[in-house]
Amino acid sequence: MTAELRPPTAAACPGCLAAPAEAAEAALPDARIALSLPTIHCQTCIVDVESVLNAHPGVREARVNLTLKRAMIEADPDIRAADLIPALEKLGYEAHELDPGVLSSTASDRAGRELLMRLAVAGFAMMNVMLLSVSVWSGAEGATRDLFHWISAAIALPAIAFSAQPFFRNAWGGLSSRRLNMDVPISLAILLALATSLWETSLSGEHAYFDAALALTFFLLAGRYLDHRTRAIARSAAEELAALEVPRAIRIRDDGEEEEVAVAELKVGDRIRIRPGARMPVDGEIVEGRSELDRSLLTGETLPVAAEPGQQVSAGEVNLTGPLVIRATAVGEDTSLHRMADLVAIAESGRSRYTSLADQAAKLYAPGVHILSALSFVGWYLYTWDMRTALNIAAAVLIITCPCALGLAVPAVTTAASGRLFRKGLLIKNATALERLAQVDTVVFDKTGTLTTGELQPVNLEDHARSDVEIALALAEASSHPLSRAIAAAAREAGLQPAAVTEVTEVPGFGTEGLYRGQRVRLGRADWVGAAQGAQTTAWLAIGDRTPIPFAFSDRLRPGAAEAVRALREAGKEVLLISGDVAPAVESLARQVGIGKWVAEARPEDKAARVQSLSEEGRKILMVGDGLNDTAALAAAHVSISPATALDAARVASDIVLLGTDLSPIADACTTARRATKRIRENFRIATIYNVIAVPLAVAGLATPLIAALAMSASSITVSLNALRAR
Amino acid sequence: MEVLIILIPVSLFLGGIGLLAFFYTVRTNQYDDPEGDSRRILSGQWDDHPKP
Repeated sequence: MTAELRPPTAAACPGCLAAPAEAAEAALPDARIALSLPTIHCQTCIVDVESVLNAHPGVREARVNLTLKRAMIEADPDIRAADLIPALEKLGYEAHELDPGVLSSTASDRAGRELLMRLAVAGFAMMNVMLLSVSVWSGAEGATRDLFHWISAAIALPAIAFSAQPFFRNAWGGLSSRRLNMDVPISLAILLALATSLWETSLSGEHAYFDAALALTFFLLAGRYLDHRTRAIARSAAEELAALEVPRAIRIRDDGEEEEVAVAELKVGDRIRIRPGARMPVDGEIVEGRSELDRSLLTGETLPVAAEPGQQVSAGEVNLTGPLVIRATAVGEDTSLHRMADLVAIAESGRSRYTSLADQAAKLYAPGVHILSALSFVGWYLYTWDMRTALNIAAAVLIITCPCALGLAVPAVTTAASGRLFRKGLLIKNATALERLAQVDTVVFDKTGTLTTGELQPVNLEDHARSDVEIALALAEASSHPLSRAIAAAAREAGLQPAAVTEVTEVPGFGTEGLYRGQRVRLGRADWVGAAQGAQTTAWLAIGDRTPIPFAFSDRLRPGAAEAVRALREAGKEVLLISGDVAPAVESLARQVGIGKWVAEARPEDKAARVQSLSEEGRKILMVGDGLNDTAALAAAHVSISPATALDAARVASDIVLLGTDLSPIADACTTARRATKRIRENFRIATIYNVIAVPLAVAGLATPLIAALAMSASSITVSLNALRAR
Repeated sequence: MEVLIILIPVSLFLGGIGLLAFFYTVRTNQYDDPEGDSRRILSGQWDDHPKP
């Protein structure tokens, strides 16, 4: 369909007056806390979670939604999610706080509800009119036929006035901006069918198309509803990902007190405390504390950088070891994170040129239908000089050619294919993403966070003496730095026990030190222990005066990365790796997963420029990336995928979100997309075949309402069944 | 065939009741949690008295 369905405003629907006022809508008016409960699955879970939450002092009401795996809690203002989560975790349920402000799916689904009601009215009216029509077709005559036609008219007119509003509105919108969209022939067919049928009925005529007009409305609304539901599911899942990152920061007031505030309330000059492991909410300058920063989401570099007072930090960086206090220098729209959005907006303008298959079909179809119908009207009028016959035949041609099956062809396939991919962990955010994915011939991967998990693992533990590693383990276990944790985990896995190191202390920004048999032992940065810093991520262990020994790290490969690359290459696609990281790290990873072409040390602009130049060569690019440095490239590519762990900005810029950690569904998604596009084309062909058979009958004046009803229902059902094969 | 005069309005009226009932369920958000509702009925929590 050309135009998107605009959310209908408060409609003058007959049912709205009859149905009771929105009682349940206000069931939880100010649900303040929302929790995501990914592990609940049964009735016992619901009862457990609800009774624990309701027993908590201060909670007024808690209700679990099992379909969304979510709990909405209405509580006193002083209750925080952090108070409730431990109680649930004690029972064994994983719980995460959601930002209720971002969860607006209930508001947006008003449109879905309106559509469902219109569908219900159209279905109800269609069934009743169809029953009356069947008796007419089977031979009712005279007064009975007239009575049945008048009753049909009485049902059809108000039902269509209510149900077909979305088509009328879209058609009017298209016409007033001088475009011919699919809704124009639809509206014209419905209106013309009603007008000729009324005229025929008033003249006690034989043929009335009330049932056809209603069936047309019903089938097309079903297509619209499917389309809306697919997008609503994707939107609600995407909202949940965004809501998981509750934007809060700890502000230090002038009197030294700390308070928790929303990031939106921060102002330039505020002093903000950043705990280890937290992400910078704003751009700023460090005023207190020493630590190390992980900038991989911004630059793609895996090597942590030292942080000390006076240094600039950007929103999105992660603080690793020590607590920091920063003074905000740019907030909200001015942060470097948001400035990147401009780059994205420029890159995105290229993609909007894509015309969907449905639009391509509509462009051919809409003028053709009108010309055919007008020609048959003129032809029959000149032949018989009878307005009534000519108008009847023109209406029959419009009804039979009306894109009933075409309206179902795309949404039915997209729903089936999106459902299949969702079960595999892929969230299709954009309506045309599947069609674009099917055309891809080149795949560009980002390294850090995409092909790798961003977690580091030590690579040369076996090269060192057992006693040295045991000292390193003792020191590493005292720190929560990612490198220390990686050493500790790997050493424990190798079955080592920590050495008896005493007086272990962590020096934020540098490392850990302690005493071992009277000697000072240190594990940390190169410059701190007196070693030379190399290109690779390395932690150094210094024992007394001995030469420091290096622990080198490499990024852990994401599960399924090698399989995904292999499957994509086998499918005949070219695979590239473009990373912001240093060359040796990129080269070793490229060799590991089997990618021949790689580019290292690429800045965000370089990535986007390379993607654009490849597109200009006529290639269709799939970009897979997660960081802020990928956002522009994600938007510039023909279609893009980002993992759920990506920054919010990257997820927004991409068409598809990968929900799990495994990368292997990507190759499968390409196959599914290609199959779905094939089904869509098949559906168009099926719809055309029905037209090729039925149109000559209609033009020749042989079409009866029975033939119109049969052709319409049969083509819609075949198209839907064919779409189900894409599941 | 005079029976049609009665039967058609009656059938339309009955169908209309169904339609209105459907409207009522949609407008009171009864399709928000289909999975949860099908499970809730299995719990014995409110078997003795309704939820206050």
